[in-house]
Amino acid sequence: MKTTNDLEFAATGATGATGATGATCHAPSAEAERRLRGLLEQGLPLDQRPWRTLAEQAGMAEDQVMTCVRRWQADGMIKRLGLVVKHRRLGIQANAMVVWNVPDERVAEVGRRLARETAVTLCYRRPRRLPDWPYNLFCMIHGARRERVEAELADIVERLGLGGLEHRVLFSTHAYRQCGGRYVREGEA
Amino acid sequence: MHCQAPNSQAPTHQARKLDALDRRLIDSYQRGLPVCTRPFHTIAERLGSSEAEIIARLERLQALGVLSRVGPVFDHARAGASLLAAVAVPEAERDAFAELINAAPGVNHNYAREHDFNLWFVMTAPDETELVARLDGLEARLGVPILRLPMLEGYHIDLSFPIPWAELERA
Repeated sequence: MKTTNDLEFAATGATGATGATGATCHAPSAEAERRLRGLLEQGLPLDQRPWRTLAEQAGMAEDQVMTCVRRWQADGMIKRLGLVVKHRRLGIQANAMVVWNVPDERVAEVGRRLARETAVTLCYRRPRRLPDWPYNLFCMIHGARRERVEAELADIVERLGLGGLEHRVLFSTHAYRQCGGRYVREGEA
Repeated sequence: MHCQAPNSQAPTHQARKLDALDRRLIDSYQRGLPVCTRPFHTIAERLGSSEAEIIARLERLQALGVLSRVGPVFDHARAGASLLAAVAVPEAERDAFAELINAAPGVNHNYAREHDFNLWFVMTAPDETELVARLDGLEARLGVPILRLPMLEGYHIDLSFPIPWAELERA
């Protein structure tokens, strides 16, 4: 994990924000927090005081919004906060989902090793669905071109000694949709 | 407006249109957006620019379709329920099936991939019960079984990575 930036950012948040003025005299309601989350899923407004704008929309105070966001970052509800880039539009068009059939007793170890590879952007264990689907480990490799991604994968297989594991590469051929999650129920945001 | 199907007509090699400041903005702030009253002002100070310029850049990146949004990426497991799903459909009818999938509530990714299971999507919902209901509803509309692959363990679940600018210039 890239914790350096997170730590730097946590420090910034502590010094750069509302300060310990005690401006928040009561906690926002669960309802307001849910509204805030729905708004956040759509992204920050691009104005000088985005948190204040969100606060007005959610029915909260600006410092309450920032406190909420920091809490969600601290407890892991927010994994990262920043620019969410559409890689495809930048020309990063080769998107390979590599699926592996790994003996159950090795899957965590292989998953952790794959996750350390810089070329690997996501790595998950998922259930097999036999007989149609024997693969239990998934990772993503993105790159500008297919040949480059294939070369990266070959290099990883070689270096990590994964040649003996059955795996398949599923390149994407078309993106019908690519956007952020919507977890807040319709009408709640 | 934040969740459209990517327009197939849209130019994909936008990297060349981005100058050094755009690239630094992307490289530096895929994570770690400051949580302070004027975050874009703070970013501007760090990048040696102005708040108005940073906001204008972000708006332009959004207009170019390079930037989906500025905001949080929530942990699926904590923020609600989500699941990777796939269906195997006749290649000739793929677009029609993809449209039905996109029309279902909660679908946030939908890709065609090279496999018998040729459509892959992520279904999200506020909770598990709703997730199953959404999948069951969609399965009935599609008329083909949905392969349901929930995440059991995440080893690396943060889709932010260094942009290979030089390689994109050559692509």
